[in-house]
Formats: sequence, C-alpha cells, structure tokens
Amino acid sequence: MSGPFASLVLRDLKLAARSGGSAALALAFFALVATLVPLGVGADLKLLARIAGGVLWVGAVLAALLSLDRLYQGDFDDGSLELIALSPLSLEQVALAKLFAHWISTGLPLTLLSPLLAVLFGLPAPAMLALFVSLLIGTPAVSAIGAIGASLTLSLKRGGLILPLIVLPLLVPAVIFGAGAVTSVLDHLSNGALGLLAGFAAASVLLSPFAAAACVRLNLAG
Amino acid sequence: MIVSLTAEKLACARGERRVFSGLEFEVRAGEALVVEGANGAGKTSLLRLIAGFLAPASGSVTLSLDTGALSDGEERSRHIGWLGHQDGIKPQMAASEQLEFYARLYGATAPVAPALERVGLLRQRNFPCRYLSAGQRKRLGLARLILSNRPLWLLDEPFAALDSAGRTLAADLMRAHCAAGGIVVAATHDPLGLDARLLRLEAA
Repeated sequence: MSGPFASLVLRDLKLAARSGGSAALALAFFALVATLVPLGVGADLKLLARIAGGVLWVGAVLAALLSLDRLYQGDFDDGSLELIALSPLSLEQVALAKLFAHWISTGLPLTLLSPLLAVLFGLPAPAMLALFVSLLIGTPAVSAIGAIGASLTLSLKRGGLILPLIVLPLLVPAVIFGAGAVTSVLDHLSNGALGLLAGFAAASVLLSPFAAAACVRLNLAG
Repeated sequence: MIVSLTAEKLACARGERRVFSGLEFEVRAGEALVVEGANGAGKTSLLRLIAGFLAPASGSVTLSLDTGALSDGEERSRHIGWLGHQDGIKPQMAASEQLEFYARLYGATAPVAPALERVGLLRQRNFPCRYLSAGQRKRLGLARLILSNRPLWLLDEPFAALDSAGRTLAADLMRAHCAAGGIVVAATHDPLGLDARLLRLEAA
C-alpha cells in the first residue's frame, strides 16, 4: 500500500476519522433517525417491520449526504485539489480513490450498523439479512452518485445545501430497490430487487469517476 | 530532462473579460522567469494556464522535454511543482504526515526528514498543522516542492509571509533548482535575488 492511488485513499480515510471529518457524525445521525421512528410510530411491531426497509434506507442515504461535502469541497477550499490534480493520477483515478474512501468511511459503517438498528423495528432475521445485503450492494451507488453532486457543487459556498437537491432524485432507484428487497422477503416473494440494485450500483460506480472528473476539471478552470 | 517552456501568442480570458493576449516568452532549462504586473494583470491566471488548469483563449504553451513536446495541459501537469496562494495543508494532519502523503502521491521515493530539515521545520514535524504560522506553512510548501522532484516550478508569490531567513531560503532553493537544470516561473512583486528573465503583464 504505497502507490499514489493507495496514498490518496489512506489520506481521505485519515481525514474522515479525525476531528472535522464526518464519518462518526453520519453514523450517529443514522442511529438517531432509526431510533426516533419507532418512538414516533409506536409499538406496532408488524407496522414497524413493514416500514423498516424504507426508513433505514432513507436514513442511510441522508446520513451519507451529510458527509459528502468533505469529498471535494475541503480539498478545493484549501488548494489540495490543485496539488492532487498535478499528481501522476488522472482525475478519473482521483475520483475513484475518493469514491472508494468515502464508501469505506461512510457506506460500510452504515451497513455494519444496520442489523443492530433493524432490531428496533422487530425485523425478522431473513429480512434483516436482506437489508444488510441491500445496503452492502447499494451504498456504493450512494457514494458514487453523491460524488457527482459533490464535484459539481465543490466551488459553491454553502454547496452542501444544494447538494441534496441534485443527489436525492438520482438515488430514487437505490431506495426503491433497497427497501423493496426487504419487503419482498417479508412477503415471501422472490427477490429480484437485489439484482436490479446490483445493476444500478455497478452502473453508478462505473460512470461516476468520469462525471466527477469532468466536474473537477470544469471547477479548476473556473 | 526539461529543455524549455515556450508561450506563443498566448491569450487568457476569464468569463467575458480578456486578461492578457499576445503573450510570447521562452524560458530554457536552468533559467528563471519572473512575472510582474499590477494586481489583476493575470499573474496567477498565467501560472494556472501553464499548469493546465485553465485552457488558453488562443495561442499555446509548450513544455519541451528531451522526450518530446507537450502542449496538452494534463500531460504537462505531471512535470509541474506548484506553490500557490492556497497551501493545500490540512490542519488536522502533522507536518511530516502531510509531506509523506504528497511525496507518495507524486511517486517520490526520497525521505521527508531531509526536506523538513532544509526548510527548518524538523522540530515541528509532528505538530498538527493547525499550530503552524503562515510562514511555517509556506516553508512546508517549499519542502513539498523539493520532495516532488518536478522540473518546472510554478510559484505564486513565493515570498509572501516568509521572514528574511525564509526569503533567503526560498531564493537559495530556486537557485539550486535552476542550477540542477530546472525551470522556475515565479509571480512576485519582490526582487527574487537571482538572475531571471522578466515578463511584465500589462492590464488589458
């Protein structure tokens, strides 16, 4: 682990974990949202199990949004992005490294926390597994599409406010397929949603670095 | 090895505004070019143009190496050491950690300690950068420049925030870089203290 690509991933992970990084913040937000909903809905376990997939997926997407601004904006504001752009890595490789680091520091911890929160919703074990797998497959798409929005708005002051408006509509398929995977297990239906989710995630991760690199190029020239 | 940096009929536009046009210069290996001009005359824009962040409105910048000539901005960028207004320093990372990251990112293999010692930051190497003063941050930028081992240095106000010892240090580093066959392009209002060609940008 010493190449330029690995060094950029490691550095982004370090920044996410340290003060000012928002990895822990996203996790806490996710846990709080998932705790508040059962308190608000009440102790109807059947209803809670039905809405668990949707609520936890929406919670995970919103939590991941909180951490998107650090993906590019921090590096743009302090001039790091120019220095990174002059590295031997192409901007597409830079975007892929940043996407990977963002998923490791946000998407993966959210996924690992989800079974614990699913207990609050009284989700049976098979559905819990479906939720876990859907988040594991789907959160890379959240990071990928989030990265496009983050790179597009990186030079805007308060770009974090406009970011959800760009990113959330694009994430509709992920939320539908992800939550659908959980309810189809509850209804004992065959689970095609996971396949669709995997396809959506693969396409997002493949295309995102090119779109993000184009946005960074545009913003560096601005 | 680097041979020369040339600009031909170079023009720069920011939005609708024409910043400069018809710029011509040639800097050969071992030479320094000082870019002068009033505020807003386009010194920083010229550096960003050479670095490939900005595309020229017309004309071209060419970096000639002994292996061929590079006119494309992104190909050129692999040969550039950059010291800009913003220092790219993260407050929560230690000085040595910061340098190590950039050294690895640029594929440099040299150890960071000698570079830190050269700029007088060896004692502060484990401090988080939030405790560094503006001058110390500039010195860290100089250390990064040494480590990055790039033939073409683009320096925007290299003396800003530096004390007199720091200015001497920066001038020494530039002189050494030129002596080793590199090229320095510096935008500054202060005398560099070394033989350099002069390019005056007139506000359009």
